[in-house]
Formats: sequence, structure tokens, C-alpha cells
Amino acid sequence: MIRSITKPKSIEEIERLLDGLNRIFIIGCGTCVTLTHTGGAPEVAAMKEILLESGKLVTGQIVVPVACDNLTSEILNEEMGKIEQADVLLIMTCAFGVQTVSSQLKKMVVPALDTLFIGKETAYGQFNEICTQCGTCIIGETGGICPVTNCHKGLVNGPCGGTNQGKCEIDSNKDCAWTLIYNRLMELGRLDSMRKLQGPRNFLGEPTPGKYEISKS
Amino acid sequence: MEIKTNSRLEKVLKNGHMAVTSECGPPRSSDPAHIIEKGHLIKNHVDAINITDNQTSVTRLCSLAACIHLKQEGLEPVLQMVVRDRNRIALQSDILGAASHGIHSMLCLSGDHQRFGDSPEGQNVFDIDSMQLLQTVRYMRDEGKFLGGDAIKVPPNMFVGAAANPFADPFEIRVPRLAKKIAAGAEFIQTQCVYNLDKFELWMKGVVERGLHEKVFIMPGITPMRSVGMAKYMARAVPGMDVPKELIDRLSSVPKDKQSEEGITIAVEAMDRLKECTGVAGFHIMAIEWEEKVPEMVERAGLYPRPEID
Repeated sequence: MIRSITKPKSIEEIERLLDGLNRIFIIGCGTCVTLTHTGGAPEVAAMKEILLESGKLVTGQIVVPVACDNLTSEILNEEMGKIEQADVLLIMTCAFGVQTVSSQLKKMVVPALDTLFIGKETAYGQFNEICTQCGTCIIGETGGICPVTNCHKGLVNGPCGGTNQGKCEIDSNKDCAWTLIYNRLMELGRLDSMRKLQGPRNFLGEPTPGKYEISKS
Repeated sequence: MEIKTNSRLEKVLKNGHMAVTSECGPPRSSDPAHIIEKGHLIKNHVDAINITDNQTSVTRLCSLAACIHLKQEGLEPVLQMVVRDRNRIALQSDILGAASHGIHSMLCLSGDHQRFGDSPEGQNVFDIDSMQLLQTVRYMRDEGKFLGGDAIKVPPNMFVGAAANPFADPFEIRVPRLAKKIAAGAEFIQTQCVYNLDKFELWMKGVVERGLHEKVFIMPGITPMRSVGMAKYMARAVPGMDVPKELIDRLSSVPKDKQSEEGITIAVEAMDRLKECTGVAGFHIMAIEWEEKVPEMVERAGLYPRPEID
């Protein structure tokens, strides 16, 4: 299942963001950040301890099931008494959750995490970005392996000169995406695909901010 | 062969001469004196001088400005352009700018990842890749159009080259990859430093079998070793570099103060041997911060004097 992958901000940064804000309500999430151990129930409890030790007052805390869901506002409504007593919401979810809460409650929010990428758990405790949602998928010609995501340079026409014994020049533990593609295409008997010159990518396929509407026809 | 541009390098190659290019790296400074000085050191012994583009991802005086400085001194620069730092608007704009200054040769490269340099936190642009940059330059020159399709009133007059690494893995794709670069528009090739001559010749054999040497001018890269330490470092730490053990042993066998001389001799011997290799059209000498040795190498390899070209 795809997940929003996060890592904790440093305590120093959180303290700076909370400077002058003494009454805090903490929100965690039971989905992605629980899996990554960055914003589930144990992490929310630990954060509460840290804040109390630094002299802050915690008006309450909650771990909502899915912070980015529109139903989050209904769950938070039940906590409104404690939320209203707070100067700020410290939100231990990915930025989707932070922005969902921020748009629902009109309260000052501080994210406790940095959102890294949308990825999946490929082994226990190991998360990888599989797709960057570029909007112009070419993996039908690369044996199902995405060079836009897996090559550090996002090269779509074959490996750079830094491919090194099947590994990437910038990380000797990481496979060169184009070596993987070469091996896969060879297995599939489709090496000819590598001859195709891919034209310049269409970044309009990935307009920022992304927006898509199901046509009403 | 039809001469398509005002590039001196193109004229030398298409007139059937064995070409010699070298490279100079711009300073990390706004003072151009040093690169101008380096250019003058080698100008009589090479046909053109590549100017690197923020090599190893370290911020330097820009390649285009350095090329203009050399051009103003009457030297012949080859503009190196990496796609790491600029999007397609900036790249096309710089190509026009270069052509407007009479710079008529360029080398299209991916560029080292910025993680290696002084700005590892910088944005990774790679809007287009080196293959697409080749296509872009050729499209601008031959079709007289920008990538977006609009007409260019006076198209840039550029002889276009690319790099090739015959030693990177998997070896089997190295010849097809060259073919792809030729299809994208490469007219000359400067290769990764060649130390493993057997493997280079094997690659060239594949190139010649496919007739690719008749479609592109291939210039093996030559970098003299200054010491056994440098040889060991390149063998160990530089991705895609093939330094045979015999070369390291040979350097180790001479006293430390004679190693640089031995390194030059090895480079000259490599050029002597590769001159005879079918499909080799010249040499690209990358004497990293050792430009003063280029004239000696060119002379000892029997490549001096350089041909007179109008």
C-alpha cells in the first residue's frame, strides 16, 4: 500500500516553531505515520513528555484514524474543548494531514514532521519511493522499472557515465536503475526498447500544484 | 565531407587530420587571468580547448564566460554544457549566446550529480538529458527552430559532440549507446580516460563493425598519471574508470620523483598505439591542472605541428 513517508523534525526546530506558544494540543495519525513510527500513539505520548519537560502545557492529544480524510474534522469536533484552550496544534502527521486539519479548524498549526515522499514499505522498516507521479509514464518501455524515480538524475535515455559495476555513482548501495532496466529488458527479450530516443519530458503532465477533475460528460 | 559550421575542430576532422583537443577548468573566482594563461600554454599544440562546466558540481566561473575569454584571445574553445543545472530555456538561451560570440563547438553532457560538489542541497534540474540536449542543438541548427517549435531567425552554428564511456557496465550496451548518441545528433565523441587499451580496442572493434566510425569522429580521452597515488585513487574511487593493475605496477616500479615522467610516457605510448586503431580520429587530452605538459605530450606523440586551417 502506498504511504506518505515522513521523518521527525529536530526538537530544536520544533522548539523554535513553538516559541511563545505555551498551550499545545497534539494530533497524531493512525495510518502512514503509525507505520513509520513518526506520529502514532507512542510518538505522540513521547512528544507530550518532551513538551511537559520543557515547561509547555499540553491541553490534550489525539491520534485520529486517517488525518488526511475529510472526516477528521468530525473526530476533532469531539475534542473541541481542549483544542480551543490551545495556542497551537502540533501535528505529527504528514503534510496532507497538517493541511487537512489546518483547513478545517482555522487554528495555528505546527508540523512536527517533514514529509519526504509517497512510497511503500519494501522491507520491514525500509521505505522506498517507487513513483514520483510525473504524469507521463514511460515504464511500458523500460521493463516496468521507472528511471524517472529510480535514477538519481531521472535520465530517460539510458545510464550516465557514472554507472559503476551495476551500482549508482552517488550511492554504492543503490542499484543503477538503468542496469536493472537493461537486465529486465534482456530477460524479456525487449532490449530494442533501449534504442528508442525518448524526447524531452512533458512537465505539464505534472503541473504544480497538481489538479485533476473527473470529466462530467 | 561537407563542412557545416565554422568550428575549427570540425574543419580539422573533416579534412582528415588527426585532431587534438585538451581541456581547461575555469577558476573558482571572478578573475579569468588563470584560464586565459592556461589556454595560451597549450594553444599552439591543440585544435580546440574544452572548457568544463562546473565540473564535479563545484561552482566555478561559467563555461560560457570562460569560452568568451578564450575566443577574445583568438583561441578556439569547445563549450561544455551539462544539463544538471539549467532547464531547456536556459540551455537554449546559452547556446544562442555562445553562437553569438563565435563559439562553434560544444560538448553535451549529463554532468556529475550535485551531491559530489559544493552544493549537495541544490536542486537537481535534469529537465532534459544529454541525449536530448544533442537533439536540441541539432534541431536548433538544422531545423532553425527552438524546441517549442518557434523559428530562430539566425540559427546557432554549432558542431556538436558527446561523451562516451567505453568502460562502464554493462559493456554490452556501450556500442549501442554510442549509436543512440549518433542518432540523437553527435558529430564527435570525446571518451572517458583510456587506460585499458585492450578494452578500448575491443569497444572500437564493435564500433567499426557497425560502421559507426564513419558517422562520428571518436577521440579517446588521455589523462596522464602524475603518481601511483593518482592511479590508485582513479582505480578505486572514480566511477566508470578502468585502470589496469599493470599500469599501477609500472608506476610503482619507478622512484617517486620519476613517476610523473613515467605517467607522461605511458600516455604518449597509449596515443602511439591508438593512432593505429581504426576509427580513432584524434585525442582529447585531459591533463587535469597539468596543462603545461600538454605540448610535450603532443610533440612526443608525433602530433605536432597542428594543421593550418583557415
